Amino acid sequence: MDSIIAVVGDGFVVSAADCTNARSIVVMKEDVDKVMELDHHKLLSMAGEPGDVVQFTEYIQKNVHLYELRTGIPMSTTAVASFTRNELAKSIRKNPYSVNLLLAGYDPKTGPELYYLDYLGTLTKMPYAAQGYCSYFVLATLDRYYRSSMSLDEALDVMRKAIQEVKVRFLINQPKFTIKVVDVNGTRTLESF
Amino acid sequence: MSSRYDRAITVFSPDGHLFQVEYALEAVRKGTTAIGVRGTDSLVLCVEKKSTAKLQEPRTVRKICKLDSHILLAFAGLTADARVLVNKARIECQSYRLTVEDAPSVDYVTRHIAGIQQRYTQSGGVRPFGISTLIVGFDLDGTPRLFQTDPSGTFSEWKAAAIGRNSKTVSEFLEKKYPEFVEENKQVKETGRASVVSGEGGDETEEITTEDHVVKFAVRALLEVVESSAKNIEIAVMKAGQEMKLLEEEEIAKAVASVEAEKKAAEEARKPPAARADPGGAAGSSQPPTTSGQ
Repeated sequence: MDSIIAVVGDGFVVSAADCTNARSIVVMKEDVDKVMELDHHKLLSMAGEPGDVVQFTEYIQKNVHLYELRTGIPMSTTAVASFTRNELAKSIRKNPYSVNLLLAGYDPKTGPELYYLDYLGTLTKMPYAAQGYCSYFVLATLDRYYRSSMSLDEALDVMRKAIQEVKVRFLINQPKFTIKVVDVNGTRTLESF
Repeated sequence: MSSRYDRAITVFSPDGHLFQVEYALEAVRKGTTAIGVRGTDSLVLCVEKKSTAKLQEPRTVRKICKLDSHILLAFAGLTADARVLVNKARIECQSYRLTVEDAPSVDYVTRHIAGIQQRYTQSGGVRPFGISTLIVGFDLDGTPRLFQTDPSGTFSEWKAAAIGRNSKTVSEFLEKKYPEFVEENKQVKETGRASVVSGEGGDETEEITTEDHVVKFAVRALLEVVESSAKNIEIAVMKAGQEMKLLEEEEIAKAVASVEAEKKAAEEARKPPAARADPGGAAGSSQPPTTSGQ
């Protein structure tokens, strides 16, 4: 039921995620943060089974931090994507984690990047992406309005259109969305809409 | 076949000694000196750097290791043993963060490392780690802490400590000078100024931060046993809530120069007035002490 959307712009990636935790007919929480700051220049948006999602992403976060402590160098976005996908691929046949992710990162060498990962171990780099039921609605909107190298305002505009589509057409009520940006200066949270 | 490697290497001697552990301490005594000092709100690790060969990459020959974002470790002894122990400690720090969702306290990390060191004195087929460590960091409530471990697996907290070559000399210096230093550090925290020993013997103060004050004290201690050159010294400074800072060579050179100048000025001040060198004249003139003013 999670709605996760991300869009790459000119020197940044903007990630949006809904804030609802609901099960069956009950809404349990309306302030869940589904966009984790993996490190100072990476955002990991998560969708899927509530327990799995937290366990898996925190495990990735600590291992990424361990790498940085051991080597003195932070992992690149590509490296984190590969590592995460590898863990998902290992888990699917042994101990499946029902977790779908969007990894957004800024690398000084390669600029802003967005990776789509799913619970089977799929990994692909994309200019814009979505996870969950919202993708049925949102990918069409993004196909229509996305252009490469948009400014932050333009990208937020596209994001706003996408989220509006979810709010209008998706059966589940998701009033609040977290919006975060990662760019050369690191990660920051924007006002939700 | 493997039963041949099950026997313990570290066994008691008839008079109750663990010789392997004592030999490990010998290995530590051969290692380059490391000093840790705890100030009122900052921590400094000051280590003697083994001179790197011309073709070596200095970045890969570091004696001060980051265990976690808020904990540092310096060691004296076998570098390879340290690498293994540091790796284990780093994994433990992240594991703690994963399960407890909080940063580990310095005490916890020290206990873990000391526990590993002790285990290797009581297991089959292994030898003790040939290192002593100095572990510094800030607890969640912002208190600075300095711990020391050794090959036997004992650990304790210290206000200032030294390990490695000539550690005894340095420890004696630290014991003597620490009380006065800590008083001054408190003053520096309040006023931002510390007194400076100058040739004129006047009441001079200079503007200085608490961290720099601790750095100067640590450098003073290290210079008791190490040749004064910025190339031989590695310094790391930690302040509560901030990332650790490894000082650049120029900053180290500045601290060394200022400590050397103060040492010289203090020596001059101690000489009887008549035997003091004229300002601008040759220093250390070997005039026989006069009868006046003795």
